[in-house]
Amino acid sequence: MVYCGIDIGASTAKLVLLDEGGQVVARALRRSGVDYAGAAEQNLAEALAAAGLRREDVARTVSTGYGRDNVPFADSQMTEIACHGYGAWSQFRRRITVIDIGAQDSKIIHMDDRGRRVRFMMNRKCAAGTGAFIEEIALRLALDVSELNALAERSTSQTTLSSFCTVFAATEILSKIRMGEKAEDIVRGAFRSMIKRILEMDAVEGELVMTGGVAAHNPCLVALMGEAFGRPVLVPPYPQYAGALGAALFAKETVSQ
Amino acid sequence: MSQPAERKDLETTKKMKSVMGKYFMELEQGAQQGRKTAWCTSVGPAELLRALGFNVYFPENHGAMLGASRMASDLIPLANARGFSPDICSYLTSDIGSYLKGDTPLKKMGMSGPPRPDVLVYNTNQCRDVKDWFQFYAREFGVPCLGVHTPRSIGEMDEAMIEYVAAQIEALVPDLEKVAGQKLDPDKLREIVASSRRCTELWKAVLLTAASVPSPLTFFDGTIQMGPAVVLRGHGDAIAYYEMLLAELKQRIVDGTAAVPGERFRVYWEGMPIWGKLRDLSTQFADLQTCVVASTYCNSWVFEDLNPDDPYRSMARAYSRLFICRSDDQKEQYIQDVVAAYKADGIVYHDAKTCPNNSNNRYQMPLRIQEKLGKPYLVIHGDLNDLRLYSEEQTRTNVQAFVEQLAQG
Repeated sequence: MVYCGIDIGASTAKLVLLDEGGQVVARALRRSGVDYAGAAEQNLAEALAAAGLRREDVARTVSTGYGRDNVPFADSQMTEIACHGYGAWSQFRRRITVIDIGAQDSKIIHMDDRGRRVRFMMNRKCAAGTGAFIEEIALRLALDVSELNALAERSTSQTTLSSFCTVFAATEILSKIRMGEKAEDIVRGAFRSMIKRILEMDAVEGELVMTGGVAAHNPCLVALMGEAFGRPVLVPPYPQYAGALGAALFAKETVSQ
Repeated sequence: MSQPAERKDLETTKKMKSVMGKYFMELEQGAQQGRKTAWCTSVGPAELLRALGFNVYFPENHGAMLGASRMASDLIPLANARGFSPDICSYLTSDIGSYLKGDTPLKKMGMSGPPRPDVLVYNTNQCRDVKDWFQFYAREFGVPCLGVHTPRSIGEMDEAMIEYVAAQIEALVPDLEKVAGQKLDPDKLREIVASSRRCTELWKAVLLTAASVPSPLTFFDGTIQMGPAVVLRGHGDAIAYYEMLLAELKQRIVDGTAAVPGERFRVYWEGMPIWGKLRDLSTQFADLQTCVVASTYCNSWVFEDLNPDDPYRSMARAYSRLFICRSDDQKEQYIQDVVAAYKADGIVYHDAKTCPNNSNNRYQMPLRIQEKLGKPYLVIHGDLNDLRLYSEEQTRTNVQAFVEQLAQG
């Protein structure tokens, strides 16, 4: 039997299948689009095919993320806060602070050495400090999001964006373009601005672990995050799947109980 | 989560419509019947106004109705466009927007709109916004606006402060008598103060039933049940209503009837209600088998200091003991006491964007209380009336994650 965790985020849908020993046997990822149930079904079909399994082999499914209530084959739902926290913790198994930056929200989750959540914070009703901010920056600079990391790595500038608001930050970028600043410096500045939003959300203790799509695709931002917090930032393999992994682990534990 | 819980409505609520309907009808017919109307802040000197024969109208109650009916979000921008910032009290901006547009939920209650004031009387114990709010209407209607200026962030209640506030209340009398066209009858004032005191005792007893496990009452019920205590304190109808409600709640305790069937967790709500989302939040908490058993908003609406033998000083004491005008150390102690009395497992703080005076999470209080009680907390960002400041999805996820954390033990 296998256990399924599916994380329907605002941008992408991620799925993980775990075997009885808790090992990942398949992963799948695609854009969430506008049909969450469809994206979930396609991810499941793809993962089952990759692992040579059938639908009946899935003992239990836990869904999480923004679209957690839109997964027809899920047995139960848990929040992305629970799943990201536990998914990240399961890969380190010690006291950590998890920073998850998703497309629409960012979270700071404090986990104790036994994998229990001590506290959590989510961003306010504001896109500052989320993946949506990076997407807006890319749009303003006429770049693809996938180009941002390489550009930021080239910069040695200390440029920052001072605006709190994503819309005003975009205006600030336009004025920097007008003043002839290089795109790479602006991108690095945007990364720093995003990190400042995270810094002010909550105090962090212990080791930092980053999960989510932004960490997966932007090692430069992860390094800058470490500089800002004055401590190394750990990134698990497949950081984008941390929520789906946590959900699959909860599915497995529910069956074991 | 588990299957949605089936909740039983309180029978007494059926009487609410007639009690509140009668109150609003009296307001509507006041001028025709030769009665004067005073607008009063919710913790203003309503007893004094009633003793002088005024019909008493509470704009804050109207503000809550505008929030609950979700009319507020369309009305607030009208006040914004007239120079009232979107960052100030959204009761004020939605009420003034309602006035500017001439649209009100009172029409559904058979009224043409709020009754025209003959005088407006505020108490700044809640905030400065109430004064600005009332002064706007004083200019619009060309009527006097009188007030009591209560100190804020009050620590221990000392006699000098009580005397200071009591003297201000008493000093209102000559001006109010002029508007009322009658002299104050001291016996009538004592009688009204005694009636208010009885109302407050009953309201407190109603709330205290929620200390039972399982609780027969939720905070969401409380926000509705509170209506008569707000607009009819000092009036016999409120007393009759709460006697009936209390009897029903006591019977629920005897029968083991839970307000949230299958109650697993108990939570304290600090801050204002999110009026336009009461039903959604009530349903979500019930589905999570979590009962919000107590709140600052409902539980601090108790005026036990009222004493008919010493009306002015006891009114001053009662109005100034109010949670909202107390110092943080007093507030912290209050929350800790109520959390203990109601056996709450955690605390939800509502940070209402336009109501800094009712948002107690902003100066580190949640962390301090967590340190003392060791109970988890959650901060929800929203507003009392302005739903533009509320994120449905973020709140839903935060509440669910909070209950998951309570379930960890």
